Amino acid sequence: MADPGRDAAAPDPAEPASRGTGAAWDEHLAQLAAIPHARRLHLLRALLAVVLVAASVRLVWSIVENPAFEWATVRSYFFSDPVLTGLQNTITLTALSMALALVVSVLIANMRLSDNPVLRAAAGVYVWFFRSIPLLVLLILWFNISLIYPTFSIPLPGGGWSWETRDLMTAYWSAVLAFGLQQAAYTSEIIRASLLAVPAGQREAALALGMPPGQIFRRIVFPQAMKIAVPPVSNDLINLLKATALVAFISVPDLLYSVQQIYNRTFEVVPLLMVATVWYMILVSVLSLGQFYLERWLGRSAVARVSPRARAARSTT
Amino acid sequence: MTTLATTPTGGQLDGPLISARGISKSFGGHQVLHDVSLDVRRGEAVCLLGRSGSGKSTFLRCLNLLERAEQGIVMLDGELLGHHVRRGRVHRLPARREAVQRQQLGMVFQQFNLFAHKTVLENVIEAPVKVAGRSRREAGADAVGLLERVGLAEKVDAYPGQLSGGQQQRVAIARALAMRPKALLFDEPTSALDPEMVNEVLQVIRDLVVGGMTTIIVTHEVGFAREVCDRFAFLQEGRIVEEGPARRLAEGAEHPATRDFLSKVL
Repeated sequence: MADPGRDAAAPDPAEPASRGTGAAWDEHLAQLAAIPHARRLHLLRALLAVVLVAASVRLVWSIVENPAFEWATVRSYFFSDPVLTGLQNTITLTALSMALALVVSVLIANMRLSDNPVLRAAAGVYVWFFRSIPLLVLLILWFNISLIYPTFSIPLPGGGWSWETRDLMTAYWSAVLAFGLQQAAYTSEIIRASLLAVPAGQREAALALGMPPGQIFRRIVFPQAMKIAVPPVSNDLINLLKATALVAFISVPDLLYSVQQIYNRTFEVVPLLMVATVWYMILVSVLSLGQFYLERWLGRSAVARVSPRARAARSTT
Repeated sequence: MTTLATTPTGGQLDGPLISARGISKSFGGHQVLHDVSLDVRRGEAVCLLGRSGSGKSTFLRCLNLLERAEQGIVMLDGELLGHHVRRGRVHRLPARREAVQRQQLGMVFQQFNLFAHKTVLENVIEAPVKVAGRSRREAGADAVGLLERVGLAEKVDAYPGQLSGGQQQRVAIARALAMRPKALLFDEPTSALDPEMVNEVLQVIRDLVVGGMTTIIVTHEVGFAREVCDRFAFLQEGRIVEEGPARRLAEGAEHPATRDFLSKVL
């Protein structure tokens, strides 16, 4: 498009004598209106941006050239067997804990929203209990549960079963329980809020169609609540992934514990911590990417994502 | 309270399809319905009129058990809704059986309440497939036919958020019809619409009434009520204070409250 302003706009069109009326004034307004609008110059912001870029370059360079990082050592251990085993343990531990947390949290959230005061109170106590204990303390407690309850039994009329708690509660499974149950307490609050955020009309419409309560939850309310819950639950998952590093305290060979085992032997502390750090960053990046695509998929029905074609079709009807 | 005079479109004279008797309902300490009774015959269109807060919507919601009346009963086609009588006492039905009964009454809401995460077609076939157990193919063909009737056949794959209010409400009507209900309840179906969309929805309702569908309509569109409905019932402070043939609305209502209301809206 041609730019009429550039030519028409002589430097500051002179203001006519008859201010506010007359043909000369109209001409003046037309000239003003034709001047292209310049962008405001943000000097301070521009300065800050330059400083930031310079500082970033300096920081990256200090990491690359600093011999303390021993990048060659990092490279040599990055795909070594103990590190990969540790990585695998970190991933399965996170996945199992989160799976447990999700199942328990949906249950707890529904109990908290129940009409039954006993169920409501029980869910409240659960959330209170597991949020009150530091994760590390909970982990060590589960690890030592056999000191408190030496046997675990399901008594049934005419026998039942009984096990030695020590045999059931390996370090790995006590970690899954500690992480999963505490995470469930936090996640249940997200699920509860998300369920409440689904408009009441959705449930009423389903009721009016004759859908039974279980189906209304599974097919109408829960899917819409999930869409709301994905960003905060993804946050929780990322937190959990990193929190699993605590299992090093009870000697479960996860990512952190594996590199610790190596540097205890070789004293290459920094490069091996870098191995773990970079792996954690990669895992979190993958999760974030997954969150992005999950949100996009769940949001396919959102108004904001109307395609131009659909919008055009809509305006013609 | 209930008139038994036949109306032009009365259809069969085998007693009312819907009979509500002595419905009372309170929210908190405030009683919103006092002993309301109403009969609706098969094929009849009844309008509930009245000011905001007069209890029209609550009464409508009591009919399909979205609200529990504290007292009174609703009979649909000879079946007691929400309750069963055993050994001389009235017991509440379990939720599953209540759900089965609700299938017989369709409801259209002021805010449309389409399932936001489902496409238009999925909205319409959800209950027929998952509740009534029809095959996807049969329900789908049925749904396309219904969507054609409301003029939205080309929107099957759109999501509710991509439709205008009037289009959403027409889909909501198709969704209610998909369960092949014995009657349709309309709860202020045009109150949330922009003025230019009101008519497309009213036209669909008009077609249904002319086609013989039994309807109870809560509305503020008195002109429409007079034209389309057989009978009106005027509510004031939770009571039906006047009831009669719709054409009498034009000639003049008897109760001062009705007259006062009509003089303001007509």
